[in-house]
Amino acid sequence: MFSILKQKVLNGGSPVMILGQTVQRIRPAVDAYRGYSSAAKEMTVREALNSALDEEMSADPKVFIMGEEVGEYQGAYKISKGLLEKYGPERVLDTPITEAGFTGIGVGAAYYGLKPVVEFMTFNFSMQAIDHIINSAAKSNYMSAGRISVPIVFRGPNGAAAGVGAQHSQCYAGWYASCPGLKVLTPYSSEDARGLLKAAIRDPDPVIFLENELLYGESFPVSAEVLDSSFCLPIGKAKIEREGKDVTITAFSKMVGLALKAAEILAKDGISAEIINLRSIRPLDRATINASVRKTNRLVTVEEGFPQHGVGAEICTSVIEESFGYLDAPVERIAGADVPMPYAANLERSAVPQIEDIVRAAKRACYRAVPMAAAS
Amino acid sequence: MATAFWSVNVIQHPRCERPSIASRKPSSAFLGSTLKLRFNPPSRSNFGFSETLRKSSPISAISDVFEEKKQKSASSSSSLLITKEEGLEVYEDMVLGRCFEDMCAQMYYRGKMFGFVHLYNGQEAVSTGFIKLLKKEDCVVSTYRDHVHALSKGVPAREVMSELFGKTTGCCRGQGGSMHMFSKEHNVLGGFAFIGEGIPVATGAAFTSKYRKEALNEADCDHVTLAFFGDGTCNNGQFYECLNMAALWKLPIVFVVENNLWAIGMSHLRSTSDPEIWKKGPAFGMPGVHVDGMDVLKVREVAKEAIGRARRGEGPTLVECETYRFRGHSLADPDELRDPTEKAHYAARDPITALKKYMIENNLAKEGEFKAIDKKIDEIVEDSVEFADESPQPSRSQLLENVFADPKGFGIGPDGRYRCEDPKFTEGTAHV
Repeated sequence: MFSILKQKVLNGGSPVMILGQTVQRIRPAVDAYRGYSSAAKEMTVREALNSALDEEMSADPKVFIMGEEVGEYQGAYKISKGLLEKYGPERVLDTPITEAGFTGIGVGAAYYGLKPVVEFMTFNFSMQAIDHIINSAAKSNYMSAGRISVPIVFRGPNGAAAGVGAQHSQCYAGWYASCPGLKVLTPYSSEDARGLLKAAIRDPDPVIFLENELLYGESFPVSAEVLDSSFCLPIGKAKIEREGKDVTITAFSKMVGLALKAAEILAKDGISAEIINLRSIRPLDRATINASVRKTNRLVTVEEGFPQHGVGAEICTSVIEESFGYLDAPVERIAGADVPMPYAANLERSAVPQIEDIVRAAKRACYRAVPMAAAS
Repeated sequence: MATAFWSVNVIQHPRCERPSIASRKPSSAFLGSTLKLRFNPPSRSNFGFSETLRKSSPISAISDVFEEKKQKSASSSSSLLITKEEGLEVYEDMVLGRCFEDMCAQMYYRGKMFGFVHLYNGQEAVSTGFIKLLKKEDCVVSTYRDHVHALSKGVPAREVMSELFGKTTGCCRGQGGSMHMFSKEHNVLGGFAFIGEGIPVATGAAFTSKYRKEALNEADCDHVTLAFFGDGTCNNGQFYECLNMAALWKLPIVFVVENNLWAIGMSHLRSTSDPEIWKKGPAFGMPGVHVDGMDVLKVREVAKEAIGRARRGEGPTLVECETYRFRGHSLADPDELRDPTEKAHYAARDPITALKKYMIENNLAKEGEFKAIDKKIDEIVEDSVEFADESPQPSRSQLLENVFADPKGFGIGPDGRYRCEDPKFTEGTAHV
């Protein structure tokens, strides 16, 4: 198992991308809630998740948190900070290192009426428990013909961090999204994090909540509506982060930030990109994606995980099925490299999509000027 | 099941504190191991209720080997547990481990190393005590706290340091990293980031030794495997599954538990219903031993016995080493939850200073020799840093290498030939 302090205290304002930095500077945990005197308040994703958990736990006594280091250690990434003191050890449970066991216990508790939030230190560790997630949680409502529902949330960081090697860097969006019975959510901003986590906890079905370690420290502006304790985002609805008319770029989680930066660069070249933050991988908001493609006629999908059978593949098929006639160019699919994540910093950088890759793909979709390189 | 019953009496004595080895120690810290070696060999003809009646007395059978040694050492105070050469070799290995890990910390804070780095300071006695008794063909499987296991097994410090820097001259060409040290030459089978993952892998390596001996008829194949893991892992299902199978098939493996009482911030006592891990061995039909893991000579004694058992084909052993990590769980862990008095208690039992003291008191070596070794190790570690610094980063083309052993796994390209046959394959963009 591993550690926490990889927080980067970032500048406020627009989300600053931290990809590409190989030097990790360790700073002490500074959980400053910086309220500016101007209208918009800022909130880090970490605070958003923490406040969402806090509010849901106080609203419904059946909600409890279970996972490694969630209690006394305040959460491996400090997401559950302060919750042990507030709600006590009956509701914030530090578990031994037994993913299969405690996931099963969580599922059983959900069968019998409670609402667990199970934390995986990273989703890589969920592989030790995947039998329970798929077979005990996802399929139960169906197998029992609706008599046993499983209102459980599995949450934790997903995807690549920085320099953590092959066994800690896989993205599980594609795997979980292919299983019927599960809902898979991927927040990007603090607003997404708060709204989607609250929706997930209130949802009567098993939800896989894929966060991202590198986003935890990032700050986003939040409106007063978001801060309200009844704020909730609908599951299955994507958000158009930036309107455009030349090319549609879909992304989720950390890649949304990259896509937004790419959009700025493309704008300088006269290409107006529409960025869709998927928010929900299962159910996928096919309507929004297709409506956007019908407007722009070009599509670039961006994801961090492995390319084969990934999220981009599903989006591409959906668009071909429903909006084939509207496409003016082949769909461009940007994904992580088709290799286990290497450790060396320079190799890791080339194994994960960068802003330049998105820009290049969008230009290819628009002009088809640069032929596709020999790809794997 | 009948077998369950003869174990019940063994375990059901009132749960006490961790066996207080300290209170039973004779005056010299190293003479006469005060260990409990559970010898309940599961002779198959003996299963039955008669066993329960016989085993009503508390089971603390001390093995014959230790009885002899105790008598010998009691009678003549000059029989020491180690010779001078062995002692200096052990000292050097422990100092290498300590020095290397300290240098890792420095390099990490200077930004040369990144990701997760888990240091082994304080636990050197376990690694050295066990691994120095192995042959080159024996295997070692570890967890993410694996730098020192690799070093003790013989992987050059230069290669380990380069790997940590992510350079192409590292033992895994920069592709593995701190948590994934592999070496085919020295039979270090990893380096696993998921705890518990290494145990079945080690059991498999032990299975291979047995297979080679029996199915492939290599009669002299007596390779032993050591699996190192921590106290947190002992709650994981895979651990129990492997204890069962290893005992069932009498595999040549030693399960070494490095019980440093903490799993990140989770105290062992908070997460384990019965914290005495050595007891779990007899439940599966193998001896379970508890040893003071801060004392390299004691560890060595137990290791000799356990490894000897495995080599003779008598099956697995579970050894619980009570040890402590002086630093936090990893270099990014603030280490706020551990009590400073606990840390001080174990810092006073530093294995390196203890060994040095023992050797000097027993006139095995002089201060000067130790200083020479310290200096030598300093130079080795500094050299490894320089080497790692100067080594090149992996080239871009290395990204697609080593995904498959047979690169035809990349499939057939648009021109109808296998992709890997195209000489420019590894230079292409790996993005779809």
